[in-house]
Amino acid sequence: MNIHEYQAKAILRKFGVPVPDGHVCYNSAGAREWAKRLGDGPWVVKAQIHAGGRGKGGGVKLARTPDEVRNISREMLGMILRTHQTGAEGKLVTRVLVENGCNIANELYVSLLVDRATSKVTVMASTEGGMDIEEVAAKTPEKIFTEAIDPLVGLTAFQCRNIAFSLGLSGKLVNKATAVLQGLYKTFIACDCSMLEINPLVVTAENNLIALDAKFGFDDNAIFRHPKIADMRDYDEEDPNEVEASQHDLSYVSLTGNIGCLVNGAGLAMATMDIIKHYSGDPANFLDVGGGATIERVTEAFKIILSDKNVKGILVNIFGGIMKCDIIATGVVEAAKQVSLTVPLVVRLEGTNVARGKEILAESGLNIVSADGMADAAQKIVAAVKGAN
Amino acid sequence: MSILINKNTKVITQGITGATGLFHAQGAREYGTQMVGGVTPGKGGTVIDGFPVFDTVKEAIEQTGATASVIYVPPPFAADSIMEAVDAGIELVCCITEGIPVLDMVKVKHFMKGKRTRLVGPNCPGVITPGECKIGIMPGYIHKPGKVGVVSRSGTLTYEAVWQLTCLGLGQSTCVGIGGDPVNGTNHLDVLRLFQADPDTEAVIMIGEIGGTSEEEAAYFVRDHMTKPVAAYIAGVTAPPGKRMGHAGAIISGGKGTATEKVAILRECGISVADSPAEMAQALLRIYQP
Repeated sequence: MNIHEYQAKAILRKFGVPVPDGHVCYNSAGAREWAKRLGDGPWVVKAQIHAGGRGKGGGVKLARTPDEVRNISREMLGMILRTHQTGAEGKLVTRVLVENGCNIANELYVSLLVDRATSKVTVMASTEGGMDIEEVAAKTPEKIFTEAIDPLVGLTAFQCRNIAFSLGLSGKLVNKATAVLQGLYKTFIACDCSMLEINPLVVTAENNLIALDAKFGFDDNAIFRHPKIADMRDYDEEDPNEVEASQHDLSYVSLTGNIGCLVNGAGLAMATMDIIKHYSGDPANFLDVGGGATIERVTEAFKIILSDKNVKGILVNIFGGIMKCDIIATGVVEAAKQVSLTVPLVVRLEGTNVARGKEILAESGLNIVSADGMADAAQKIVAAVKGAN
Repeated sequence: MSILINKNTKVITQGITGATGLFHAQGAREYGTQMVGGVTPGKGGTVIDGFPVFDTVKEAIEQTGATASVIYVPPPFAADSIMEAVDAGIELVCCITEGIPVLDMVKVKHFMKGKRTRLVGPNCPGVITPGECKIGIMPGYIHKPGKVGVVSRSGTLTYEAVWQLTCLGLGQSTCVGIGGDPVNGTNHLDVLRLFQADPDTEAVIMIGEIGGTSEEEAAYFVRDHMTKPVAAYIAGVTAPPGKRMGHAGAIISGGKGTATEKVAILRECGISVADSPAEMAQALLRIYQP
């Protein structure tokens, strides 16, 4: 789960990490008022969407007067912001963050994440603040410094100093960096983050450190113990089908192709997408119905797949283990009737009670193509969709 | 022979009085596993469908001689259950539970340092030595005793590989589901090491997916240390970056962990990689004469 920058900064402020004073605004008049309350300017107006690269797309602007804050906010609110992370369709801006500007002397990069190789939370820092860190890692890996954190001891002061010195900080800034890094680690643990990125962490002309931007990723598996964070979820920022799917315990990711997939198990679901591609088709989605799928869930899955207007055919691929094929078959038949299916449907069933499952499909009187094995299934659906075009 | 478990392995189920725990304990017993009891705190001293229930793992081990445990405890409590089993000194823990917070697993991994227990999972189908012992949720009947080891992050994709092998008459020595979480107990490399040392495993199928570098590390081990033929399949060639594909660990982040990159490294290391998930067994037969 992700949150907006203004929400991220509110959390950081709570944990003592310095961020600019600011306020989220939903209309331009409010933005002007807040600018006056915040100080004497200049101010920065920042479009709040869940995507990076906002500056280049015109989503971050400097204002010298409260009237300018109002004018910029008026332009931003309601605009479709396109960045390299939003895709061509862009994102609608419904709120802006108005905050005090600061005198930037230097820009640094800091992030925390769970490193899979060491099974530890790790701090990553770089002198190349404000840059795309993936690019820095690829081109100049020597400019990235890391410290793995012992879960028992936490992030120690000496580790923070190691990072500070690596970043070229000196004097009082070293202690300030230690405080910032420990605040970030505290935040990371307290909020069950999967990722916390400050890019840039700014050294101001007054020799202070301040988190100018903040990006959180939360561990979906731990959201249950953070109801306040769960409330920050902005459904408008997510694919509506993915939101609908998550409400039915379906794991769904929307893609750009035209063959809908309904599969049990995440690995098999990925493999199904891959084999469609292998036979020159194009998958429309990833969908894992999970191990305990019921008729209702299969029906919901069909509805979600079909609400994607690009879908020209559906491939059901089930390897029934705990899930029995006859139950899945009943669900597929029921769902096909309920949604009055008009696109080709290929079903591949294997595993527990497979013979009975195939009988149910055959007896349904519906136009369901039965397949033996994944290769056969993929070839059949690709051919059916090509034939329909 | 086999790895991790065999017909002599005595198993307990943590969370045995829950619907899922009991269902799979019964399934394991029907398969022939020595399922000797279970643990549910507060229900010690009772018996459920013939399985004695204990309050603690320690007590269960003392009373039954169990050397392996399987966990079906709900996600908020599963990490604690793993640590209880580790503390009791059991040899093997299979954690089936999906959805454990990753920071809980960071603590578990730290707790396990210097202890004798091997953890498989979490978020995995379990381990099976066909014809001898089944710990987990996989359908037993698709397996057949034999000489091919299987290791995978995914459940149903493992069944797919096993079924392909069985249909070609190739049995399996042991099949290990290591699970789809970013922080887990056993990785591909650990299992390959065990297969290499196991005299009854002649060849291996390794199934991986996008995210992390577990497959790459395993590949370098194959190149440098393995004498047995290894075939592989990597799921997620079509997965877009930044999107989590079901499994918590199946995500391409920072341009790292793409399927294409993994496949290239596996091939460089002499592994026969299947282009299609329908050809996992055939990919093995290209380099292995049973």
